[in-house]
Amino acid sequence: MIKNILNLGDAALYCDFGSDVNQEINSNVIKYFYHIKKLNLKGITNLTPSYNKLIISYDLNIHSFLSLKKKVENIEIKENNKLEKNLIEIPVCCDNDFALDIERVENKLKLKSEIILEKFFSKNYFCYMTGFVAGMPFLGDLDQEMRLKRLETPRVKVPKGSVGITEQFCNIYSFETPGGWNILGNTPQNIFDSSNQSNPNLVNPGDTIKFYRITLDQYNEIKR
Amino acid sequence: MKSKDRNYFKILRAGINTTYQDLGRNNLYHIGIPFSGAMDKRNFQLLNSLLQNDYNSPVIEFAYQGPHLKYFGKDIFFCISGNVSFKIISKEGVIDGNSYQCYLLKNGDEVDIHSTNKSVYGYFSINGTFGVDYYWGSCSINTQAQIGPNNGNKFSKDLEIEIIDINNSFNKRKLDYLGSTIENIRVIKGTNYDYFSNSSQDKFFKESFKITKLSDRMGMRLEGPKIENIVDPNIKSEGLVKGVIQITSAGDPIIMLSDHGTIGGYPKIATVISADYDRLVQLTPGSNIKFKDVSLEDAETLYKLYQMETNNLISQIK
Repeated sequence: MIKNILNLGDAALYCDFGSDVNQEINSNVIKYFYHIKKLNLKGITNLTPSYNKLIISYDLNIHSFLSLKKKVENIEIKENNKLEKNLIEIPVCCDNDFALDIERVENKLKLKSEIILEKFFSKNYFCYMTGFVAGMPFLGDLDQEMRLKRLETPRVKVPKGSVGITEQFCNIYSFETPGGWNILGNTPQNIFDSSNQSNPNLVNPGDTIKFYRITLDQYNEIKR
Repeated sequence: MKSKDRNYFKILRAGINTTYQDLGRNNLYHIGIPFSGAMDKRNFQLLNSLLQNDYNSPVIEFAYQGPHLKYFGKDIFFCISGNVSFKIISKEGVIDGNSYQCYLLKNGDEVDIHSTNKSVYGYFSINGTFGVDYYWGSCSINTQAQIGPNNGNKFSKDLEIEIIDINNSFNKRKLDYLGSTIENIRVIKGTNYDYFSNSSQDKFFKESFKITKLSDRMGMRLEGPKIENIVDPNIKSEGLVKGVIQITSAGDPIIMLSDHGTIGGYPKIATVISADYDRLVQLTPGSNIKFKDVSLEDAETLYKLYQMETNNLISQIK
């Protein structure tokens, strides 16, 4: 399933699963990720799954590129290895104060805001990966008519909890960070909990997300 | 704990970016948490060796300007690593301290860490253990994700730094070391090297780049000749590692450092080799750097040599 293994610098394997972004390729990445994680190999310092790549960081005192590459190439993943998938429901408020880019999205997609939100909430989304900042999930796929580019100028600060879309993806800003996604709403739910050290992320790769719409009152109620 | 039994520092001035650091946390990239840990691992290692602490003991890292600390408690020793100017203020008077040398502190004494010289990071610790909480096996403070002791924030004035253990069998030691600098940063070509025009590839290795002020524990932004992308200014977002050099849409290099975002969508032109990372992070804004291309095999050997050199320094501690 891995097409090619290159080096990323002198202390990481760059495992290439292909160039397309789809759930089939990504599921393979995630299967490898969980499998290697379970092996608990000495000297592996990080595993970073993404849409179609898996990066394996290692301790240069323990491994060299060629020896570890050979080990990874010899790993066999059973095709019927089923991914564990959780369904997670996340409340989102699309009140004017939260839907920072709804007008821009209306203009770009040439759809009314109610249609945009109806389409957005009618689908389940697949979690391709988490990261950039702690806990941020990258979800997909949006319908064809819902796809648009990032903001031309990214925001210096996107509020924590913002739910954004770009191209075929949506995400949730688990922290206030700079960012350029089109913001449709905000969730009062905590996406990353550093006090829960065994499972700090609300959403993990392979999970299914169902967003549901709440009112501002409900939002404030949950926040309290 | 009764206050007279406590051993602690009170922070009179926090310094610019003062945090607890150790070797950092592993195996959390997949949830978006980077390694963190001491930026300059050699100076971290030398400090714990000088103080005869466990190799992964917490230390206090500072950047540019360090903290001014006042000590309360029974006699302890402290040491500073890096290229640092500091004063020790006691009843006997004020003396200038030297890095890589241990000094006695008595109740009421102060350490005023003025600045790092021609470098960015310095390290401070004691012959003992700071009272820190551990998050995923590390006390490193990651201010971006607010992970670590002190609620994941950098130190502020009036904070009290608890000492929970003092090593009484400590021997005062020192190291004659002036630090190690670097002119060329050695890199391995990146996975998107062919995204850039031939002339830009040439420029990347022939011309120099200036480190800008937009540099911190997350990354180092450079300016110099614009690097021309002839394929696509973005790639499908994928994992990053320490030392990766991405080229932004504007054509400028940005080097990922210890607190970097775990995923990125800019093409990777190169990655700094592990042997040069400690010296890279010590380069101050305004410095000019040149990149030099090395093979993977050479990078692996250079890392072993670098480690041998560090071990050699540790063996010279007397």
